[in-house]
Amino acid sequence: MDRLLSITAGLSILLIVVVLFNIRRAHIRVEYSVSWLGAAVAMLGLSQSPWTLYRLGHLMGIENPALCLLLLLLALLLMVFFRFSVIISDLKDSNIALTQKVGILEYKLNALHEKLESTDRK
Amino acid sequence: MIQARGKAPLMILIPAFNEEGAVGEVIRELHAYHPDLPVLVVDDGSADGTRSVAQKAGADVITVPYHLGLGGCVQAGYRLAFDLGFQYVIRLDGDGQHDPAYVGRILGALQTSGAQMVIGSRYVDGEGEHTSFARGVGIVFFRWFLGLILGKKVHDPTSGFVGVNRQALEVFARSFPLEYPEIEALVVLQRLTFRFEEVPVKMRPRMAGESTITAVRSFYYVLHVLLGVLVNILKYQGSKRRP
Repeated sequence: MDRLLSITAGLSILLIVVVLFNIRRAHIRVEYSVSWLGAAVAMLGLSQSPWTLYRLGHLMGIENPALCLLLLLLALLLMVFFRFSVIISDLKDSNIALTQKVGILEYKLNALHEKLESTDRK
Repeated sequence: MIQARGKAPLMILIPAFNEEGAVGEVIRELHAYHPDLPVLVVDDGSADGTRSVAQKAGADVITVPYHLGLGGCVQAGYRLAFDLGFQYVIRLDGDGQHDPAYVGRILGALQTSGAQMVIGSRYVDGEGEHTSFARGVGIVFFRWFLGLILGKKVHDPTSGFVGVNRQALEVFARSFPLEYPEIEALVVLQRLTFRFEEVPVKMRPRMAGESTITAVRSFYYVLHVLLGVLVNILKYQGSKRRP
């Protein structure tokens, strides 16, 4: 159990460092790093508080705190993935609307150019 | 640029993806029946000469910067038609399966029936030529499924030969199903208490190219449409006439 908690703490710190490093290099925008940082801090907190794990495990009817920790980590990751699915869906909708507008604007612009050219010729 | 002229202007919308072999002939046929009708081709990022062939045949062309899929492509056309003030839009495929001879029949039904959408149906008079076995099975399934949801029989739920009036155009310009839009569009209309009618048309084999619907895609199509129908039922729940 202690080893699992140490590994979890190590992974949490590694995740925080990797996310911060990527923010600094502008590979991740700050608003999209919040989910990962939140999950990493929650993992670190849980790994440093076996008492909380026992209490939560007891509440969920899980006697083994290691199993409880893994379930909580899974839940955290699922929440992060879900949030990113929502963000990707929004981005796709915006992208499609933008693409349609670009196509329509280009069409209108070409029509205007043709009209101007025909006016110039006259 | 196409313009909405007259009291009840109609625009023809042709979504096209790699249809250089057929789209020109479709436009020429259309103009043979209706010489002054504005025709808009939405080129869905084709890699062939669809755009130039359509322009040479006398259509206006929007080219979207990347491949959006059928729904996104049709919605771009609906958006422009709505902005320009068209009262009716009739959509037909760029592969030549939809015979332009029936455009007048669909327009007539739109003007007289009071329905917001009119579907050109190859089954409404009992005929049903030019469809694959897999598509035929899908049509029978969705006919039954939509009958349960809509409370009305739809003979040809996957037909893309469709006319809409300005009320439906306003709804679809704002929100339109993206991948396989025909069936989901029917559900959206029903949730908004709009009406649709079917008129008999004959369809032909495609003039050129191949259908993009394979066996695997057919399976995906069914799952996608079922999920889409469910989503649209939930999305428009309790919002009658408020898209």
